[in-house]
Amino acid sequence: MLRDDCIEYSLDTHHDEEHGKKLRAKIWKVTALLTIITAVEVFCGAFIKQSSDYWQLTKWFFIILTLVKAGYIVLSFMHLGDEKKSLKYMILVPYFIFILYLIFILLVEATAVDKALKLYIG
Amino acid sequence: MADHASTQIDNATLWGGKISPFSTSYGKLMMWFFLVSDALTFGGLLIAYGFTRHDAQDAWPIGEETFNSLPFLGHGYPLIYVALMTFILIVSSVTMVLAVEAGHRMDKKGVLKWMVATIIGGFFFVGSQAWEWYHFIHGSEFGKVELSDGSRAIVKGHFGEIKNFTVVTAGHHHKKGEVITDDLMHIFQHAVVAGDVENGMITLHDGTVAKINKEKDHDMKLIIKESGAIYKLQKKKQTIIEGTKAEKMYWEAINSGTANRVIYGANLQANEYGPVQYGQFFFFITGFHGFHVFSGVIINILIFLGVARGTNHKRGHYEMVEKTGLYWHFVDLVWVFVFTFFYLV
Repeated sequence: MLRDDCIEYSLDTHHDEEHGKKLRAKIWKVTALLTIITAVEVFCGAFIKQSSDYWQLTKWFFIILTLVKAGYIVLSFMHLGDEKKSLKYMILVPYFIFILYLIFILLVEATAVDKALKLYIG
Repeated sequence: MADHASTQIDNATLWGGKISPFSTSYGKLMMWFFLVSDALTFGGLLIAYGFTRHDAQDAWPIGEETFNSLPFLGHGYPLIYVALMTFILIVSSVTMVLAVEAGHRMDKKGVLKWMVATIIGGFFFVGSQAWEWYHFIHGSEFGKVELSDGSRAIVKGHFGEIKNFTVVTAGHHHKKGEVITDDLMHIFQHAVVAGDVENGMITLHDGTVAKINKEKDHDMKLIIKESGAIYKLQKKKQTIIEGTKAEKMYWEAINSGTANRVIYGANLQANEYGPVQYGQFFFFITGFHGFHVFSGVIINILIFLGVARGTNHKRGHYEMVEKTGLYWHFVDLVWVFVFTFFYLV
């Protein structure tokens, strides 16, 4: 199994039954959490109309809940939380930078295009 | 778990070759790289969606207005169906994680059991999406209507059932006095789009003219989506016409005998829900995601067969299950974002 030129990492993730029990309990906990979050989102979506005064707040609430959900999926289900720090941040950090940048560009550009269209086309 | 990943290795060894600085296998690392790039594709799509939507502002359809149907139960259930789809995908992600966990214990039976569950969940999701596409393409019974002042409105409410068409003037295939009862809704909508409905009379393809016998609609609501001479699309506030006035205006448009005043359902050129880009983004984003789910199911089936044959067991580890698991969770992850930005916000 152990070769000179490459090291096998596949066996490192093995664990025994007792440890597995703990992991499964954690998995079910995360499941319950994700389900509850989705239910809350749908509840809010169905009852708070877009014309409501609270809509802006609700929108941010949705986005935060989505990020929480995404965090649980990536860190727990995809086990990124268990990987080495260097791997974890290599994957996550570009997103934080890139997505924030894209959202900034999106809002600035879309507003500018909207203005231009209104000005020249009406 | 991941004991090796957490062991301290001195820097000289770590970056000096013969060891992965990330303490993870080549295959897993490459899967992560693929997922990172794939996530950028979806990121680009959702950002483009946001851009277009920000431009269209209030004309953009609202999720709970567009997606409010359930199979067998009809309308009036905002977002429940999509929530159900989301739940199905989350559950199938959970069963996948359980398969991976079983793999770490070298429990072949457990892996097989949970992978079957995952595959079934995947098929359910793809099926649900097919139903939703079908519904989206066919649209509502009312469609989107162009009112007399040139404004366009989507219509909510209960559509009174069409009983039959009674032939008034004979055509090629129908005699006078004959009562047509087949495929009424379909024929009716086609005739409305073609402008063949006038004053409660429908002209069929063969030249037959028939009287439409239909029950009364109720609780009708016209929600303005494009401004006209009188009714305007307002910022932040919906312009809604209700009650008998709404019914009068709607049927005035239907009975005008003018083509294309009503749009039913959606395609890439037009849709009844909102701007044309809305339909295009719907088909592309959910389609692209659906394609990912579909290929995920296929990959899961292949890995399942491999596990069943004992390939992975002989190898001494179930890392292949872990790698497909990563892909499968990613598909779930993307859906979480699509769900929020396409349906909720």
